[in-house]
Amino acid sequence: MRSRTRTNALLRTSRPRKGGIIPTFLLLGAVVYFILPIVWVLFASTKTTGELFTTDSFSFGTGFVENIVALFAYENGSFGLWLANSFIYALVGALVSTLLSAGAGYALALYDFPGKKAIMIGLLGGVLLPTITLAIPQYMLFAQLGITNTYWAVLIPVSITPFGIYLAYVYARASVPGELLEAARVDGSTEFRTFRSIGLPLLFPGLVTIFLLQFIGIWNNFLLPYIMQSKSELVPITVAMYLMLNRGGSEPILYSMAITGALVAIIPVIAFVLVLQRFWRLDLISGSLK
Amino acid sequence: MKTPTLRTSTISAKRSHNRFAYVLLLPALILFFVAFVVPIVYSIVLSVFSRRSDGGGAFAPKQDVFVWFENYAGVLADPTFWAGLQRLGIYSLFMVPILVILSIALALLLDLPKVKLRAFSRMAIFLPYGVPSVIAALMWGFLYVPAISPIYQIGEAFGLDFPPLLRGDLIYTAIINVVLWGGIGFNTIIVYTALQSLPKELIDAARIDGCNEFTIARYVKLPHIVPATILTGLFSVIGALQVYSEPQMLSTLTTAINSTFFPLMRVYRDAFAHDDLNSAATASIILAVATVLLSLLVVGIRTLITRRSSHAIQD
Repeated sequence: MRSRTRTNALLRTSRPRKGGIIPTFLLLGAVVYFILPIVWVLFASTKTTGELFTTDSFSFGTGFVENIVALFAYENGSFGLWLANSFIYALVGALVSTLLSAGAGYALALYDFPGKKAIMIGLLGGVLLPTITLAIPQYMLFAQLGITNTYWAVLIPVSITPFGIYLAYVYARASVPGELLEAARVDGSTEFRTFRSIGLPLLFPGLVTIFLLQFIGIWNNFLLPYIMQSKSELVPITVAMYLMLNRGGSEPILYSMAITGALVAIIPVIAFVLVLQRFWRLDLISGSLK
Repeated sequence: MKTPTLRTSTISAKRSHNRFAYVLLLPALILFFVAFVVPIVYSIVLSVFSRRSDGGGAFAPKQDVFVWFENYAGVLADPTFWAGLQRLGIYSLFMVPILVILSIALALLLDLPKVKLRAFSRMAIFLPYGVPSVIAALMWGFLYVPAISPIYQIGEAFGLDFPPLLRGDLIYTAIINVVLWGGIGFNTIIVYTALQSLPKELIDAARIDGCNEFTIARYVKLPHIVPATILTGLFSVIGALQVYSEPQMLSTLTTAINSTFFPLMRVYRDAFAHDDLNSAATASIILAVATVLLSLLVVGIRTLITRRSSHAIQD
């Protein structure tokens, strides 16, 4: 008994613990860099514009309530609306694009039909094409159709993502066995029932990842709504913050408000990222190009 | 008698299966058509036309005239386009390698067995992914202002005089820093996830053979993450060429970024400030073609490397 505890202790000490010190310090250095702006915004949002320039960076000011009140009163209380717009664009866009990706990815992975190859090539072209260079042509088209300055102008482009379809395709190929489909057919199940009760549940973890990627991608999107929407009541929070800071040049009083706005705008997504981090299947992405 | 009926029935069954596949694809195809195909075709059409006044005079009615490749020649002959492209080149040449190298380094650090506070570090590194790039630019923009920034205050306390980043050529540093801050986390997690799929036995075997953590990282882990690394490289290249929101946001705080600083900003100016959709469409197409070609190049390099490494294994 005794000798065994001794060997255990020996084993434990023979693995030098100090080996982890330098990497840990390097990592913590990186951590400081990554959280610095967020911590700074936390402090700065409590300051009046005057305090911003005169007080220590990491000390609390006296203007937090004032900043929040000013922020939500700005432009007749539009801030809440901009947050809501971001939420509508991100939620609807992510839901629709995930559903479309599920259907298209499943069909491409498990069926063999005429025209499949052409669709795959078109899709891959869509993956490689930077969506941003599409934004201006999309604007020109939507202006012709008269749907700029409506929710549709942002919702239509973000509801289709070739990369999402591609991920769903990769995931479906790996997780839905074709034999299962055959077996369901033999058992007399219709194609739709097989898709709904066998395909979708198997695809679900992959679909969650596509949804999260797309949600955050749309929430963070700037150029598309910036181009499409010229009405203040239709812009998401990213565009609103840009317009606010753009005016700050002539009204520096807006600086402390913009900083508070930045804090309020990042809280929902950061919470979202942290809470849902464990549902991500990012191996889907790292393995998708194999 | 039986066989033909069976065959026709399987063919018709297959046909009805295919019908279901088309039904599943249809909504995506319709949206792809509306949001991708039509705008691309439309911008190609726009790029070969020009709006010109009929006869002379500023008030003469304007007409769309077919001009072949005149717009392309016009954009390619414009020095501001090339200046923007050059700035984009400088920016990408620094940004992409730093992003890829730092992502690999952080992923390898996170993967070391003895590292402390792993979960916390991973979370903190990933955090900026949830921050919109315009807001990252806003926060850093303020951190670049010496009168406000804690970085300058700390520098001052140590007698260091950091130069202001929002001026002159240092503006590249300012933009690259914002992009790196927002992009490293996601790429690190992709590479880290790829590392997780490496069989533990392989690493244990290397350790028993006397490899230290560095040689394991260099000869076991690094070759394994090459595909994921090239993928992050590809994303970074595509991302680098469409950089827009960071410089656009920073331009509200500095005069060092003008309206044609990067090509995409010039496209925006043409379309909205100059009301010249033809030129904007032309420049969009040139940029898109360049991006796709570069992406294909990266994919090609990837195929070459994987082919060579699989040959090496066979040898």
